[in-house]
Amino acid sequence: MKILVPIKRVVDYNVKVRVKSDNTGVDIANVKMSMNPFDEIAVEEAVRLKEKGVATEVIAVSCGVQQCQETLRTAMAIGADRAILVLTDEELQPLAVAKLLKALVDKEQPGLVILGKQAIDDDCNQTGQMLAALADLPQATFASKVEVADGKANVTREVDGGLETISIDLPAVITTDLRLNEPRYVTLPNIMKAKKKQLDTVKPEDLGVDVKPRLKTLKVTEPAKRSAGVKVPDVATLVQKLKTEAKVI
Amino acid sequence: MTALVIAEHDNKSIKAATLNTVTAAKACGGDVHVLVAGANAGDAAKAAAQIAGVAKVIHADGAQFEHGLAENMTAQVLAIAGSYEHILFPATASGKNIAPRVAAKLDVAQISDIRKVDSPDTFERPIYAGNAIAVVRSSDATKVITVRTTGFDPAAATGGSAAVETVAAAADSGKSRFVGQEIAKSNRPELTAAKIIVSGGRALGSAEKFNEVMTPLADKLGAALGASRAAVDAGYAPNDWQVGQTGKIVAPQLYVAAGISGAIQHLAGMKDSKVIVAINKDPEAPIFSVADYGLEADLFQAMPELLRSV
Repeated sequence: MKILVPIKRVVDYNVKVRVKSDNTGVDIANVKMSMNPFDEIAVEEAVRLKEKGVATEVIAVSCGVQQCQETLRTAMAIGADRAILVLTDEELQPLAVAKLLKALVDKEQPGLVILGKQAIDDDCNQTGQMLAALADLPQATFASKVEVADGKANVTREVDGGLETISIDLPAVITTDLRLNEPRYVTLPNIMKAKKKQLDTVKPEDLGVDVKPRLKTLKVTEPAKRSAGVKVPDVATLVQKLKTEAKVI
Repeated sequence: MTALVIAEHDNKSIKAATLNTVTAAKACGGDVHVLVAGANAGDAAKAAAQIAGVAKVIHADGAQFEHGLAENMTAQVLAIAGSYEHILFPATASGKNIAPRVAAKLDVAQISDIRKVDSPDTFERPIYAGNAIAVVRSSDATKVITVRTTGFDPAAATGGSAAVETVAAAADSGKSRFVGQEIAKSNRPELTAAKIIVSGGRALGSAEKFNEVMTPLADKLGAALGASRAAVDAGYAPNDWQVGQTGKIVAPQLYVAAGISGAIQHLAGMKDSKVIVAINKDPEAPIFSVADYGLEADLFQAMPELLRSV
């Protein structure tokens, strides 16, 4: 069985982004970019399934600009066998990415698609579900445990009150939550080997997908700042202030 | 113009997040209908009909809806989606699971986690872990939306008298099955609905200490317990207590952060709280930049003292 792992190049999670002064977006020029943390977990899970003998091939996919190649090389250094870059300079929204991935699913016929549950830039949490809908596959979102056997996957999901386990027929789409696994560090020899692995480039037109954005961003602003607080010297002062000044207890 | 709210419920009663979503639906203009799809969920449908401002409740009953599987819920929403311009879900684990699936089937963009309705086609939503607010306009005929519940006041749970209309249940997809669940038992208020939250971080050191230091204060204040990702990953607290970009988004009246440094990802989940109290022994901890009241102290001394004085 093949596993397809879509990954996204995003602003590194440690960077505190700044809103541009003309309010057209956030300033990501000269900012460190990395693989979306949830996608690292997705790649790790796919590679572990391969190491267990469940999967035969792991294909990493990324949609976006030329630099996404670096992110794909990272995925191959973790253990993905080959990669596909869907190259476009357009702003991609989840529906467009889901359509691109659907075209690749039709072509590659993977038994499983594993995505991160959300990208930490747009915070959408949509692409996996949308891909499942378009490809008419069952979905298991926010996975914290995945067991594959007999053409089915048993997936434990993180839901609001605790955990829930569902069983889905393969092929299927799974999205990863934080606690699914701990991604491995890539080693230098693996980084070198990843450079030799196959990386194909396709264009949205080749896949017959219209990637025009459906949502127009009118403005991006800074969130309201909290007014500066005070430091209190001791617990007694704190309690007194909470009772008389803030009146919250 | 009519908006459809997909109710979150346990087949007997309506979950609080639905009430906030009704308020957001009203802000879109026009009538508000509520879909209750469940198994023997007649009581939940009746409860939905009581919500102030709801014009109609649509009730679909079938065993396939018992656990809210995305495939079956999507089929039910699609069966009635044609007559609505707005379809709103609470931005809970359940809403986030289903809404994008519905949107993709309708071939429309989905708008995640809105915190304000500017106009029927323009919405505000946080991006980059809440470090920026984007105003987005949808050009699609149907707007499929998830609603950040802390961004909207809850609609009154009583006072309405909507008619309940029963519709045929959509068929079971057969592609997924519910196996089991482990729901954490708690007598405390639900994290996202709590007025006060007492939240602990890595500095607690162990699950025992977490329980020993945090629980009595939460009990005394009638507060919910929260935790940072570090505390959850270390096993000090269950993962449904996690507050942050990838956990729960909360906005209580009072948020007490004990031993939490205040990483961007944690702040994303709690910086809309009315009053934030930080207790941390590191004077440089970023949590102090958002705290209304900061106490620079060892939490193992400060927390018991706090417990005695409130």
